[in-house]
Amino acid sequence: MKKVYIYKGFERFWHWTQAALIILLGITGFEIHGFYAVFGFENAVEVHNIAALALVVLIIFAIFWHLTTGEWRQYMPTTQNLKAQANYYITGIFKNAPHPTRKTLLSKLNPLQRLVYLALKIFLIPLMVITGLLYLFYRYPYAGQIRSLGLENIELVALLHTIGAFAITAFIIVHIYLITTGHTLTSNLKAMITGWEELDEKNVDDNQQTPKNPKQYEI
Amino acid sequence: MGYFESFRRTFTFIFVVVMPLVIITMVVSSSMTGPDTLNELREEYSQPHIPSVDHSKLTELQQNFTSPHEITATCLSCHTERGAEVLANAHWNWEREAYIEGRGVTYLGKRNLMNNFCTGILSNEAACNRCHIGYGWKDNSFDFDNPYNIDCLICHDQTGLYTKAVGGAGYPPMDENAPDFNQIVQNVGRPSKDNCGYCHFVSAGGNNVKHGDLEIALLNCDKDVDVHMARDGLDMSCADCHKTERHQMKGCYYGVSSSDDNRAHCSDCHGHFPHIQNKLNEHTIKVDCRTCHIPVYAKVNPTKMMWDWSSAGKRKDGIPYMIKDSLGNPTYLSIKGDFSWFTNVKPDYVWFNGTADHHLITDKIKSDTIKINTLLGSATDENSKIVPVKIHRGKQPYDTEYLTLIQAKLWSDQEGQGALWVDLDWDEALKRGMAYAGLPFSGNYDFVHTEMYLPVSHMVSKASEALSCEDCHTRTNSRLEHIEGIYIPGKSYNATIDTLGMMLILLSLGGVFLHAILRLVSWKKRQKIN
Repeated sequence: MKKVYIYKGFERFWHWTQAALIILLGITGFEIHGFYAVFGFENAVEVHNIAALALVVLIIFAIFWHLTTGEWRQYMPTTQNLKAQANYYITGIFKNAPHPTRKTLLSKLNPLQRLVYLALKIFLIPLMVITGLLYLFYRYPYAGQIRSLGLENIELVALLHTIGAFAITAFIIVHIYLITTGHTLTSNLKAMITGWEELDEKNVDDNQQTPKNPKQYEI
Repeated sequence: MGYFESFRRTFTFIFVVVMPLVIITMVVSSSMTGPDTLNELREEYSQPHIPSVDHSKLTELQQNFTSPHEITATCLSCHTERGAEVLANAHWNWEREAYIEGRGVTYLGKRNLMNNFCTGILSNEAACNRCHIGYGWKDNSFDFDNPYNIDCLICHDQTGLYTKAVGGAGYPPMDENAPDFNQIVQNVGRPSKDNCGYCHFVSAGGNNVKHGDLEIALLNCDKDVDVHMARDGLDMSCADCHKTERHQMKGCYYGVSSSDDNRAHCSDCHGHFPHIQNKLNEHTIKVDCRTCHIPVYAKVNPTKMMWDWSSAGKRKDGIPYMIKDSLGNPTYLSIKGDFSWFTNVKPDYVWFNGTADHHLITDKIKSDTIKINTLLGSATDENSKIVPVKIHRGKQPYDTEYLTLIQAKLWSDQEGQGALWVDLDWDEALKRGMAYAGLPFSGNYDFVHTEMYLPVSHMVSKASEALSCEDCHTRTNSRLEHIEGIYIPGKSYNATIDTLGMMLILLSLGGVFLHAILRLVSWKKRQKIN
């Protein structure tokens, strides 16, 4: 085993800020939906709107980061080991079987993660951002008037936004649980906090790469 | 690496991530209109009106008037064109020309419409028309073209001494109770709240009976009752909002009006988007100002919410009687039936586009509950907004054979004329009323449920008392519980999506929990083996 700097500074900032914003959006969002009253409707809306805009800005920066560092390739889906990974969670994990996918700098995500995170990035997050922005701006002020985007009713927008919210909540529950399925119960969590993780040494070439030079990530 | 160098990343994040965020947030929540508008309005409406004429100095008015018609003639001798203006006014004609979908051009008003209180004026003119701005409309023979029939004083008296006689068809008492005309005519001026309130506060037979938001308490109230008319505020008069040009007042009462014109709107003074928060301004596209700013009406004295005529006519020991509630409001009167009264009433809410239909006395009854007037509008109609209304429910007599409402003769100044309020005889009262109206009556009648919709426009509360988000955006007891056709966040939801969503969350939790248990069990097993 060898300690590797696997999650870069921005990556961790992005992950945790996103986590905090999404959880905040969830708590306030389900209050706006009418499930409970904690902040009060008006405060919930205000916090929700600010957190939403903050998340959009963060996402824009994250997209830029993914593109410029080439990290987007981490999410390219693959069928290799997909079944093995699923089998690991269903049976192997109970027998203390080894992880079927080796975590490396070039391939931080197992095939299941790749699929789920990709779906999150190209379906769920865009769904939430688009419906969210429509929800916010289907009417907007312009030159002392109220203009409309032409939506007669926000019902469809609201319902799609609600569906997405349930899906993300389910994702978060499973995601948080799967943190505990690393080498040790806390190794994944530690890695995302400190950036450093102890990785298998078999593929030394991958793991020797230093985090300072992004160009080396390019395959 | 320098000390500050180690914070470079943090600073970079703050400047490139946090700053744009703050800027975006500030732009989005920036205001469109400042609070200046309110201060300008306060300035404008606190200027006292200085009359250009002191009527006590006019020689024409230095005489002892014996006939009210003479007074009118004297007024018109100087104000030569005002008579014609009044003759064109709905206050005079008690009808308006309007186009109603499905009916065409109509001429409707108090003159010929039924209402849900004293039902209608036909055959009862001498009593009802005490509140007409004229002298002598006691039956169909009244001359609407004679300007000398106009009662100038009921609107322009500033002494508070002028009155109209009960059952006098609009005339003041002419006997020993006659008001001091000499003093009154020398103190005429712009109509005040007292003038308008003389009729509008006590319509339907008593204070606040009809409207709920127009009552005597407005003559001397504080801002908790009405921000505009408060003594501790601008103490505005009715005509400050119901702006009047050439005797044409702005404003419509949809118990009698039908079309969306000549209305008095809050926006006439406040503009269309008066809030600092844009989200609130956006609400005004679909939500009328009054909906949030009049959270309750009948704030001081109770208003009548139900009037059941079917129990009228009973006697106790051979004489008419009255039952009062603990606050002294009559809940039963032999001449009128059963009532219920309420204070601090939360309005109901309906879609309304400013047009209305009315149930005419000749219309056939087609449902269990008759809407005496129907406020038109819907969520899909872009002219419609959600407005607060008082729904007054009642029970009125109808002809079980011809299926029409029936106009009863209610009032007479003597016995034996068939008036319900004198003889307590429904059969005779209905027969006489319909005969007077020239309408068929089979002689068979029963009582039918009725509803009347009165938009609530007065008793505007302080901004701090206006409805808050939670009053509507909630699943339980939302003010807009019965409003359909729009998605209201916090109130509206799709039951299927919510159920499936909750199932998904429970399945995720359950799955994760089960998986964790299995891991724990298998780990313990392995511990044992090892």
